Amino acid sequence: MLKIFILKMLSIKDLYVSIDGMEILKGINLEVKPGEIHAIMGPNGSGKSTLANVLAGKEEYEVTHGEVTYMGKNLLEMAPEDRAKEGLFLSFQYPVEIPGVPMVNFLKTAVNEHRKYHNEKELTAGEFLKFMREKMDLVEMRSQLTNRSVNEGFSGGEKKKNEIFQMALLEPKLAILDETDSGLDIDALKTVAHGVNALRKPENATIVVTHYQRLLEYIVPDVVHVLYKGKIVKSAGKELALQLEEKGYDWIKQENEN
Amino acid sequence: MSVLVDKADLSLKYTAHYNEVKESLQKESADVLNAPRNKAFQDFVMQGIPTRKNENYKYTNLQPQFFPEYRFMHRREPVKLDLHAAFRCDVPQLDTHLAFIFNGWYYEDNKQAGQLPEGVILESLEKIAREKPELLKKYATLAKTEEDPLVALNTAFAKDGYFLYVPKNTVVDKPIQLINFLQANEDAFVTQRNFIVVEEGADAKIVSCDHTLNLNTYLSNSVTEVFVGANANFEYYTLQNEHNKTTSLNSVFVHQEKDSKATTLYSSLHGGVIRNNLRFILDGENAEAHLYGMAFLDKKQHVDNFTQVIHAKPNCMSNQIYKNVLNDESNGAFAGRIHVIRDAQKTNAFQRNNNLLLTDKATMQTKPQLIIDADDVKCSHGATVGQIDEEALFYMRARGIDEDKARLMMMNAFAHEVVQQISIEPLRDRIDELVDKRLKGEVARCHECAYNCDC
Repeated sequence: MLKIFILKMLSIKDLYVSIDGMEILKGINLEVKPGEIHAIMGPNGSGKSTLANVLAGKEEYEVTHGEVTYMGKNLLEMAPEDRAKEGLFLSFQYPVEIPGVPMVNFLKTAVNEHRKYHNEKELTAGEFLKFMREKMDLVEMRSQLTNRSVNEGFSGGEKKKNEIFQMALLEPKLAILDETDSGLDIDALKTVAHGVNALRKPENATIVVTHYQRLLEYIVPDVVHVLYKGKIVKSAGKELALQLEEKGYDWIKQENEN
Repeated sequence: MSVLVDKADLSLKYTAHYNEVKESLQKESADVLNAPRNKAFQDFVMQGIPTRKNENYKYTNLQPQFFPEYRFMHRREPVKLDLHAAFRCDVPQLDTHLAFIFNGWYYEDNKQAGQLPEGVILESLEKIAREKPELLKKYATLAKTEEDPLVALNTAFAKDGYFLYVPKNTVVDKPIQLINFLQANEDAFVTQRNFIVVEEGADAKIVSCDHTLNLNTYLSNSVTEVFVGANANFEYYTLQNEHNKTTSLNSVFVHQEKDSKATTLYSSLHGGVIRNNLRFILDGENAEAHLYGMAFLDKKQHVDNFTQVIHAKPNCMSNQIYKNVLNDESNGAFAGRIHVIRDAQKTNAFQRNNNLLLTDKATMQTKPQLIIDADDVKCSHGATVGQIDEEALFYMRARGIDEDKARLMMMNAFAHEVVQQISIEPLRDRIDELVDKRLKGEVARCHECAYNCDC
């Protein structure tokens, strides 16, 4: 009976999405199974981030056609917070600063909202701090950062580490990493990739949205998709990423313009 | 035509009332309070009840507030309840010197004053005026009747309030908590006059809480004069928590000598119309003034904070942070003036006003004003009016925090910048809690009130 879930974690069918009347996604089809890592690559403006944000539930995007099923449920009908609590996690391309909201409060609230949703006992302040410290090592998160307001005064690299740190705390089933490599130097990139790999479990899946092949050296995908002008124009194994690196996106553009 | 007649009638009504009571006011009060009385009333008549035509009241028309048929609380009336029994401040670990003020009158059975450090006087102003008028030599010198009609009217009617004297180098260990109650059987007009002296090297903290005990319409007009001596520290925390039919008008004047530090913090949790006038004079080098305020408004409430900081001597510092969260059709105003007098060089003056509008109908007026007559100063001001940051909201929701909770966390965060300025820790925690309740739309009752009056 549970096999349905195991076979398909995420299923996107013929998805069309607009923002302010402009069509960005034009018929996306994608299936992700537990244990898989999918990479979505593509030139700037192809709709990669739109896809990531639509899956997380950002409201200014209008789904005009198509369906998305996540863990057997209609994802598009769910509020962003419920998607999160059902195990979908978006690592933001641009993590938001929230002045005045302390990191610890934010994280504790998020973790306890998840726990409540799954009928688990909420963590006390002490229990949470212990749990948090365990996870901090994973991404080499400096402890001073958790004393600040959410993302306030964080460097670009610290913001991205903070995303993976949150992922470690929330233990999602499906993680969508939106340009997690952008703005990272090679050391930070390794740390972040190490964190993502350490969090992998056979029943979880990851979608890596990226412009460059670089990150995929550390997070090795099972499938690579190329998104171009709102459509997936190519899907293949990890070698596709290398091909793209070599030939550049012009290759895709030419193929699709002709 | 009718509007004109109404206004004239309204002023005439107050004139007729003053003429009726001035003899008894004079007869029942000590000379020090009587001396400025008649001139004060003339000053009030000259200026009139504030309307928007008065530049300083541009955002607050008080005519409608002065219109109801009030009973004037010109006499001390017997308090029929035991306030010590009725009121138990349930702020845990907040150990204070407690005193009550009832309808503007210092409560006769205040018990705690006796435990104050030696030399400290916390008393009824009326009594001090009668028995130790030499302590009130500077009475009505800061609060100038020709400059503000509310001050003029207060001075004309003033009979009582509290008096605090902290002698040289004396530290009042615990905060002094003053609970202002309003309770009358009919709509009431309350006048309260306070006088505070914190001498050289002394240290005092006041926590002042305003409450209403029933749902009648009240207008409370208070004036407080504060003298802060050299190297002294004075902190004044006010919690305004009254109902929507209350008009709370407060004018506080602070005079600071060299190396002194003074802090005021207004938490306007609830009230119909609130106007806080603050005027600081930094009259000695290296004096430091901090003015903080936060207001939470909904329905048709109105809060207007009006500040003036006068840098009269060089090397002084002032800092103002005011924050408002406005819901429904509420309306807020902030006008902050920094005046650097000639030769007050090396002045550091800073001012900021941030506002969060939760609806399309809520409005906020904000007006910074810098008057700088010296040439080597650092002054800055900033004002923002905005909504909840939608990007931040989505970020929090994407982490599993539902929309209401995320909004609440952000509003709390917004206010927290002011809350954290409170130096008394249990009070700070409690105000945090009250702000949270207020933002959740719950009744933010801050005391165990024996009279569950829904107010």
